[in-house]
Amino acid sequence: MDGAAILDRLRTRFGAALVETHAHQGDHTAVVEHAAIVDVLRFCRDEPDLAFDMLSDLTAVDFLKFPGREDGPRFEVVYHLYSLRHNHRVRLKVRVDEDVAAVPTAVDVWPIANWLEREVWDMFGIRFEGHPDLRRLLMYEEFVGHPLRKDYPINRRQPLIGPKI
Amino acid sequence: MAETTRHEIMLGEGAGTGTGQDLKLGMGPAHPAMHGIIRIVADLDGEIIRKADVEIGYLHRAFEKDCEVGGWNNAIPYTDRLNYVSPLINNFAYASAVEKLLGIDVTERCKYIRTIMSEISRVCDHLTCVGASSMELGAFTVFLYMIKAREFLWELVEDVTGARLTISYGRVGGVKADLPEGFEAKVRTAFKQTREVLDEVHRLLTGNRIFMDRMIGVGALSREETIAYGITGPLLRAAGVPYDVRRAAPHWAYDRVDFEVVTQQAGDNYARYLVRMGEMEQSMRIAEHALATIPGGPINVDFEGRAIDPAAYVDQGKQGKTEGLLLVPIRLSPNLQGQNKPVYDRVNAGDKRVVLPPKETTYGSIEGLMNHFMLIMEGYGIRPPAGEAYFASEGANGELGFYVVSDGGDRPYRVRCRPPCLPPMAALHRMVEGEMVADLIPTFGSVNMIGGELDR
Repeated sequence: MDGAAILDRLRTRFGAALVETHAHQGDHTAVVEHAAIVDVLRFCRDEPDLAFDMLSDLTAVDFLKFPGREDGPRFEVVYHLYSLRHNHRVRLKVRVDEDVAAVPTAVDVWPIANWLEREVWDMFGIRFEGHPDLRRLLMYEEFVGHPLRKDYPINRRQPLIGPKI
Repeated sequence: MAETTRHEIMLGEGAGTGTGQDLKLGMGPAHPAMHGIIRIVADLDGEIIRKADVEIGYLHRAFEKDCEVGGWNNAIPYTDRLNYVSPLINNFAYASAVEKLLGIDVTERCKYIRTIMSEISRVCDHLTCVGASSMELGAFTVFLYMIKAREFLWELVEDVTGARLTISYGRVGGVKADLPEGFEAKVRTAFKQTREVLDEVHRLLTGNRIFMDRMIGVGALSREETIAYGITGPLLRAAGVPYDVRRAAPHWAYDRVDFEVVTQQAGDNYARYLVRMGEMEQSMRIAEHALATIPGGPINVDFEGRAIDPAAYVDQGKQGKTEGLLLVPIRLSPNLQGQNKPVYDRVNAGDKRVVLPPKETTYGSIEGLMNHFMLIMEGYGIRPPAGEAYFASEGANGELGFYVVSDGGDRPYRVRCRPPCLPPMAALHRMVEGEMVADLIPTFGSVNMIGGELDR
C-alpha cells in the first residue's frame, strides 16, 4: 500500500483524531490526537492490510526554537512504523504541550517502546503515562534536566557523582 | 547486594536450594568478558539467570545534541564514532538522509563507491563480531585469524579514505574523493586473503563440538518476539525473516548488484553466527560485482600536458597568479593532496548549494572562491528547506536510520540516529533469562553491541 492510501485508511477510520497529514520527500506523516495515539498504533499493527508489525523508531523533537512554531505545542513525539509483510512505512506524530508533557505509553503494543520511551523521557522530559519502569536510559539518575531540550545549554556541566575518595 | 556477604558472592551459597533467595550479581560496567561498557544486574538462582536488568549509557557523549551545533557536514565526523567498526556506513547513511531532505541525487559513480565501501565495512564488522565472540568462548585462534583478515580490509579503507577508523569520508552530495589507483586489484587480493581466513574459520568453528554446544539453542528468541522488539539485521534474519533494507528499499547501487539475503530458522546464537558468516561472503560478492560494473571505469590519471604539484598550484593561486591556471591540466592525487576536477564531478552531485568546489576552482577563480565561502561561512552553508526526512540503510547490525529535521537554517534542527543495536540490547534480558550465567557471554557476543551507536 502506498503512503497516501495508508493515510486515507487512517483518516476514514479515525476521522477527527487525525489532526493533519503531509508527505514531505516521500515520507507520509499523520499527526494524531494525543488521546487516540495508542488506538491508532494498535490499529496500524493489527489491521491486515496495514500490518505495521515493527516500531522502527520512537523519538521526539523540541520545537521551542523552530521559526514559526515557538508558540505552538512545544514537543512532537515521532513514531516510525514499518511493515515487514507489506514493506511500507508511515510516520505518526503526537503534539505535546510543555505543561502537559505526557503521552500514553505504547509498551503494550510493542515491547521495544519500553526503552525508546525511557530514552525520550531521559532526553526530553516527556512522561509516558502507564509506562511500567520510566527510568532514565542513557543519563544517570542524579542528572538534572533533559539534555536534548532546546533550552538546555550544550556547555552546561553537572557535578561529578559517585563515592567521595 | 547489601545483604549478601562476600562468601555468597563467590560461591552463590544459599541460592538454588529452594530458599527462594536469589543472588544478585552485578556484571560490568567494565568486565573482561564483555566488549563494551555495559552493566547487567542478574538475579541468580544457582547458575540460572532468573532476571536480568541491562543498564546502558556509559558511553553517552551527546551525539544528537552536538549535531545541532555545527553545519550539516560537521556532523560527519561524529557519525564515524557511532559504529566505530563500520564507520563508512554511518557516514553514507547520514549523508543520504540529508540528501533526501534536500531532494538531490548523487552521481552513479558515487552510489557505487558508497555500496562498495559499505560492504567492505560490513565484512570488517562481522569479522570483529564473530572473532571477538569466539575468543570469549576460548577460540583465540579464530580471533587472531579474523583480526588479520580485518587488517587486510582496513588497509583498503585506509587507501581510500586516508584513515583507518575515524574516516569522515562521506559528504552530503558525494564522497570526499574518488577511489585510488589500482583499487580493484587490491580489493581482489584482500578478498582472496579474507576468503582463506573465512574458510579456515569455517573448518575451526562451524563443526566444532565445543563451539556448537555453547551456541546451539542458546540465546534464542522467537520470531514473533524478535519482530515485536524491533530487532533487525543478522538477528532478525537468523530468526527466519528475510528482511534486509538493501533488498526491501534498495538505495545506492543495491538494486543493480547480485546478492542473496542469508537467513536461518533457529534464531539462536549458532544461527546468528551462520548468518554473519554467510553475509560476509555475500558482501564480498556485492563489492566485486559493483567494482566490475562501476561507471566511469578506472580513473585516468595520465593526463597529457604539464603536471603541477598541487602545493605549488595552490601557492600560485594564493599569490594571485591565476592567469591561465584554469587551462592547465594538472595531475593531482584523487585522495589527499587535492581534488582532481574531472574525477570530482564523477563522485559529487553537481549542486552548488551542497558540494564544495574543487580546490583548483576555489583558488583559481572568483566564482569558485565565492561558492566556497558561501558553503563555509557561518549562517550560509548547506540549507535544506524546512522539513523532515527518515532514511534507512542496512548497517552491519541492522536498520540504521537517520531522522533529520531542518528549520531551513544552516545547521540541523534535530538529528536522530536509530541505532541498530539498541533493540537487541532492549531484548537481551529475554534472551538470557532462564539460561546459565556462562551463556550470557556468547549471547552478548552474538548481539554485537557497539557502545558508540547504542549510547550515542
